[in-house]
Amino acid sequence: MDLPLPEIDDGNRPYWEGLAGGVLRFQRCRACGHAWLPARDACPNCLAAEAVWEDAAGEGRVVSWVVYHKAYHEAFQDRLPYTVAIIALAEGPRLIAGLDAPDQALRLDMPVRLRPRKAFGMTLPAFVPAEAAS
Amino acid sequence: MSHPVSHPLRGRCVIAGIGATAFGKLPGRSTVSLNVEACRAALADAGIAKDVVDAVLVKTPTSAREILYGQKLAEALGLQPRLNHALDQGGAANITLISQAVMAIEAGQCEVALVCYADNPRSGSRAVYARPRGEDAVLGWFSTAAGYAMIQRRFMLEHGVPEETFGQVAITCRAHGAANPRAQLRKPLTLEDYLAGPLMIEPMRRDDACLVSDGGAAVVVMSARRAKELGVPAPVPILGFGQGHTAWEVAQRADLTTTEAAKAAAAAFAMAGLGPRDIQVAQLYDCFTVTPLMTLADYGFCKPAQLAGFVGEGRIGLGGDLPINTAGGLLSETGMPGLQLVHEAVRQLRGTATLQVPAPRNALVSNQGGTMHTHATLILGH
Repeated sequence: MDLPLPEIDDGNRPYWEGLAGGVLRFQRCRACGHAWLPARDACPNCLAAEAVWEDAAGEGRVVSWVVYHKAYHEAFQDRLPYTVAIIALAEGPRLIAGLDAPDQALRLDMPVRLRPRKAFGMTLPAFVPAEAAS
Repeated sequence: MSHPVSHPLRGRCVIAGIGATAFGKLPGRSTVSLNVEACRAALADAGIAKDVVDAVLVKTPTSAREILYGQKLAEALGLQPRLNHALDQGGAANITLISQAVMAIEAGQCEVALVCYADNPRSGSRAVYARPRGEDAVLGWFSTAAGYAMIQRRFMLEHGVPEETFGQVAITCRAHGAANPRAQLRKPLTLEDYLAGPLMIEPMRRDDACLVSDGGAAVVVMSARRAKELGVPAPVPILGFGQGHTAWEVAQRADLTTTEAAKAAAAAFAMAGLGPRDIQVAQLYDCFTVTPLMTLADYGFCKPAQLAGFVGEGRIGLGGDLPINTAGGLLSETGMPGLQLVHEAVRQLRGTATLQVPAPRNALVSNQGGTMHTHATLILGH
């Protein structure tokens, strides 16, 4: 099985193009102001279909993280062990992202900063501890 | 802390019969074939012929989805039921279907319901459990276990629940399963074994995860009055049920360490007119060890910070005040997602369990599915 890559369409193209340019984008509802990821047509708060894309500042905190010691796809075999995290952006939206830091350095709610990662011909959302980023 | 007001559905319907296939590896069997065997056994246990069945409600097989699955099963059962559907709700579907049967019976839409589930991921494909998780798979975000590992990490650190407590859940279920001749995994586990077990998706260890199993299970639901008319030998009254659905993908949840399980339990306790202190035995969905721990807290048996003590003092083991998963649960009896837990609650109340709790009055069952997306609670009792 080939590694399933994100299918880029009109709905999520601003997200992936933003990352390619080093910017993490999210959607905000013009009707109610709610902000979210991943891309969807209607606001999950007020259901209005009036979303606009905004650039995130790139700051967030670690909600939780896991370390894979087993590859569920051969594409990750030589990357073990690797970390996947839930990051809450300062603007509110949450996402699954890479987290590049030694496991011993991680703690709940620690501040992190965006540092996109190139892999599989794409630019992916990934973060590093905020103090390491400065 | 019993509540005086009686709900109109409390005790109106019963589990009239239970039946299951063998658990473990059953090669060459379709899910329909396993469901039919389980239904045959449940009808025999209830002492009734299939002709009185007028509802067939089935949980969709997790590993092999088919359209119009409920109708395929009804055809194989040779029935043209008034109510017939398959429900996709993950592991919560079993209790949800039992509660739907009760509501339909009370509304006059049917009289006797078969509720069942079967799957064959051990002999067939277990790909669903290792699946890529949408667009995030490109980050290595794969598998059912990973979502639970995310919740486990936050739960451990936020509430100070040590890894030994997770180990004690696995040890308890494995000890109970070791005594169950039908259990798929009967090898007891020590804390040393648990801590030496390989990390799969840290902080989750091998023995935090449930089994992958082939098998089928069924229950017969009818009114208490109908059970009496039909001479059902050992009906067990349904006292309460409820649901609550967290719905959001794990990354999107505002809080990783509670779920809507609290709402499900509150509805079930209110219908039954009971509270946590009235429960003598519980069958808590244990797909991963974090699940029954969070369920204990969400249901109000103790606070999250008290779990290490609650579990460490042996209160969830046989002889404790809330023995859980007395046939071994998903961690030891069979990885089947949930209906076996209802069976064990029925056996406990009939007094026919292998590890029998002394004369329990009320038994509680939790079912849940997805990555704690869905939750349903069932209370049975005399």
